[in-house]
Amino acid sequence: MRPLGVSQRFILGMVALSCALAVAADEWASKRQAMVEAVASVANELATPISAEVLAVLARVPRHEFVPAAQRVHAYENRPLPIGYGQTISQPYIVALMSDLAKVGAGGTALEVGTGSGYQAAILAELGARVRTIEIIEPLAREAQARLSRLGYRERVEVRIADGYFGWPEKGPYDAILVTAAASHVPPPLVAQLKPGGRMVIPVGAPFQTQQLLLIEKQADGGLKTRQMMPVRFVPLVGGK
Amino acid sequence: MTFAPLSAIALLSAATLGYELLLLRITALIHWHHFAALAISVAMLGFGAAGSAVAILRRPLLSRYPQSFSLAAGAFALSALVCTLVAQQVPFNAFELAWSFMAWGDLLVLYLLFFLPFFCAAVALCLAYATQGEQAFRVYRADLAGAALGALLMLASLHEMPTMAALRGVTALAFLAAGLATRRHFWFWLVLAGGSALLPPAWLRPSFSPYKDISQALAVKEARLLASRQGPLGEIAVVASPFAPQRHAPGLSPLSPAIPPEQLAIFVDGQAAGAVTHFAGDFAPLSYVAAMGSSLPYRLFERPRVLVLGAGAGAEVLQAKALGAQEVVAVEADPEMVALVEEDLAAFSGRPYRQPGVRLEIAEARGFLASTRERFDLIQLALLDGQVGTLAGLSALQENYLYTVEAFAAYLDHLRPGGLLAITRWLQLPPRDALRLTATAISALERRGEEPDKSLLLLRTLNTTTLLVKNGAFSEQEIAAARRFADQYAFDLAYFPGATAADSNRHNHLEADEFFAGIEALLGPAREDFLRTAPFDLRPTRDDRPYFAHFFSWKNLPEFWRLRRQGAVPPLEWGYPLLLLALVQALVAAAVLILLPLAIGASRHAFRSVPASTRLGVTAYFLLLGFAFMAVEIPLLARLSLLLAHPAYAATLVLAGLLIFAGLGAGYAHRLRQKNLWPFAALLVLIPAYALALPLLEGAMAWPLPLRAVLASGLIAPLGFFLGMPFPLALAWLAERAPALTPWAWGINGFASVIAALAATLLAIHFGHAAVLGLAVLAYFIAWLVLAWLRSS
Repeated sequence: MRPLGVSQRFILGMVALSCALAVAADEWASKRQAMVEAVASVANELATPISAEVLAVLARVPRHEFVPAAQRVHAYENRPLPIGYGQTISQPYIVALMSDLAKVGAGGTALEVGTGSGYQAAILAELGARVRTIEIIEPLAREAQARLSRLGYRERVEVRIADGYFGWPEKGPYDAILVTAAASHVPPPLVAQLKPGGRMVIPVGAPFQTQQLLLIEKQADGGLKTRQMMPVRFVPLVGGK
Repeated sequence: MTFAPLSAIALLSAATLGYELLLLRITALIHWHHFAALAISVAMLGFGAAGSAVAILRRPLLSRYPQSFSLAAGAFALSALVCTLVAQQVPFNAFELAWSFMAWGDLLVLYLLFFLPFFCAAVALCLAYATQGEQAFRVYRADLAGAALGALLMLASLHEMPTMAALRGVTALAFLAAGLATRRHFWFWLVLAGGSALLPPAWLRPSFSPYKDISQALAVKEARLLASRQGPLGEIAVVASPFAPQRHAPGLSPLSPAIPPEQLAIFVDGQAAGAVTHFAGDFAPLSYVAAMGSSLPYRLFERPRVLVLGAGAGAEVLQAKALGAQEVVAVEADPEMVALVEEDLAAFSGRPYRQPGVRLEIAEARGFLASTRERFDLIQLALLDGQVGTLAGLSALQENYLYTVEAFAAYLDHLRPGGLLAITRWLQLPPRDALRLTATAISALERRGEEPDKSLLLLRTLNTTTLLVKNGAFSEQEIAAARRFADQYAFDLAYFPGATAADSNRHNHLEADEFFAGIEALLGPAREDFLRTAPFDLRPTRDDRPYFAHFFSWKNLPEFWRLRRQGAVPPLEWGYPLLLLALVQALVAAAVLILLPLAIGASRHAFRSVPASTRLGVTAYFLLLGFAFMAVEIPLLARLSLLLAHPAYAATLVLAGLLIFAGLGAGYAHRLRQKNLWPFAALLVLIPAYALALPLLEGAMAWPLPLRAVLASGLIAPLGFFLGMPFPLALAWLAERAPALTPWAWGINGFASVIAALAATLLAIHFGHAAVLGLAVLAYFIAWLVLAWLRSS
């Protein structure tokens, strides 16, 4: 048999590669589906169901593209992962819960403080929102920006390197503001950039933990309604066994 | 056979103990302190392992003594340096232990890295014991004196120099010990010692875990380290972040019309510890403080006289002045912190401690209160802990004497009639420290014969709680003023006299208001039931059991696993389970390594010549001794750190003091020879006496420091003297009857010390220091019986 020519080898190689990629893509998709099921089951266990819309988006966005190569195998586990610079990509359940609580849909505007990997921004964009996201760690912001562009979110997500405390007033006010970093207080300038009827969600906890979730709703009259939540269900203190 | 000079033994011992203290500091600096305890407890097993190794390789090692000593000491020096530097590169992430095998792998690597130096040093020391036979007490004395020297040198060095710089001294001392042990290659070792004293500073910079607060702050664009200071209470660092300045205002209302001006972030040992606020003499830019939850007490006074405890960088002092305090007394324990704010950052900070009407006292809070009869309208405990650290439950094993029933009694004693104690903490869900503080306040109020339900008020902001405890009953007007304050800033009054559930959960809505329900339960007849059934340990803390941040309860463990599967780490305190893990690891390793010489070649043969009952007796004796010594040392250290009002001084004094006097006791024990066992009787009398006397030391807290130091030394001396006797008494007997067992017994004692250090802390958390001392008495009593039996058989 004649040895294969260069072009033939190339074609064969490409076929093999695309087969492998297809298999891999398929594998990612099935892992992603399993993750969505895990998120849904946690939500059901906690009796805080997450909307079908958010779950559908979770099943679309490739989380493995948002984590460092070394973490890819864990990309679809329902837990936070390290992304460098001491930052994490939140647990998918928390991302889902926050997206759900933010109640931002098609045509809405969202501000995210703490871009991190860009995963949350991508989810919000997939939900139809116009997303502005701010990051103070420069290399993280650049990586996230490049990644979001590559994945086709260039039009829907704008990344800015800035001090999140003051938000992004030029593009506000917003229907939803998501803050991913715990601060010593809720920045009043951010509250000011919330539309009446808008919602702000802030999780509070150490790295790799989310113990408290704060939901702030701006009333039509500018007043605030806040709700303190725990994304995990714990034995009650009083009246518990 | 030649002997290594005692000076070599003492120097090596100094280097080893110095290294242990240094490693604790470095690991606490880079990671968190309970991981330090975890890693180092494993490392200390090197002592026990060395005992087993020498028992197995006794003949070849002893025939090459003192060269073998010299080589082992040199190996310690080299490995201490190399392993410490390599350990810095291990990407261990404590937060991922719940999920990731990689994190456990990294932890294992750290264990091995820390183990190696201790193993090398211990081989050398163990060889010295094994060669000296009946003269082993001389080695013991040199060993203890050297260790005392090492403790003093290291604590002095940590006081004066950047932490890692002390690695130079450790290496140099150990190389010197290697050189002194044999005359042969003295110059070679001396050159190495000189070389290690000149290690480039660039090698000796700690690389913080990326998850520590300071790393996160420095990752921000344009952020840089502006200033730092080294002190006995830790490394203080100031980070300037012009691109995204710090805005530290815990519990600031989102409705606040004003925001904090520019601030510099402060870190102690890499953990957030507040901020220095820009101040130029004008209080107008500080108007934001009025909208913080901690400002509530200022709504209830006109121009109060304020005491700020733990004033740190001065945030609460500025707050008091901005809100009209007539006079502020600021108490801060760390002079370096004050120097940083008042000198290094003077241009930025505006020197808050030199404002008119402000008086600064460099003292620990409890010590200051004991020394003064002044009374105040408001005593404010500053919020110093970082939010993240608090929420992660990172300080569960630390003693804290600020939040005990005795401390509350002292605060109430220093309040004018109608005065207020105010304590602001980060909000936790489910509520833990707010409820424990309330429980502790209730205990203190009841002791004074007051009605707690009339004197308590708890404010809840979005992320803080402020507890007010009044010397007297809250008036209607005060409650109305507090309600106006809460309504203005959308805060909630979680509890006030006469509150109902509907009052307490209005603005910042909780699905289940466990603050109000918890306080109701604490004030009601079912308090004991509530404390017993709560899923956290919320019992009031006392000086005898001062573990305020320890909320762990076994009931939480299934919860932990369930939630871990859901991908969340629940609000569990890490410290306690890790302590337990360390204990289990130590027990397993000790069991394996103690039994190893019984199973392997040369030592198995040598051990056979000793009756099994004797081997058992020796094991029991040295285990008991190792345990009992630590069970005395740990409560003593905790209690004396309260008396001396300074953890670093107390550590130096107790450690060095115990070692020196134990060395003297060891020398005396040798003169006793073997017939007398009365030192045990002395211990059985002394330790219970100390258990009874230590709580009385509170009365001496008002004495001047030199007097307190003399008192503390006076307490340590007799105890140390007798504590030093049981070990050489048995070692001398062993050298005569079964010399092959000496290294093994020494190793067993080493294992027991590690296990006891962990177990004693664990027991103290549950049962208090007095109970741990009680167990020490029991252990010495049994050891006495065992030794008497060994002698007679």
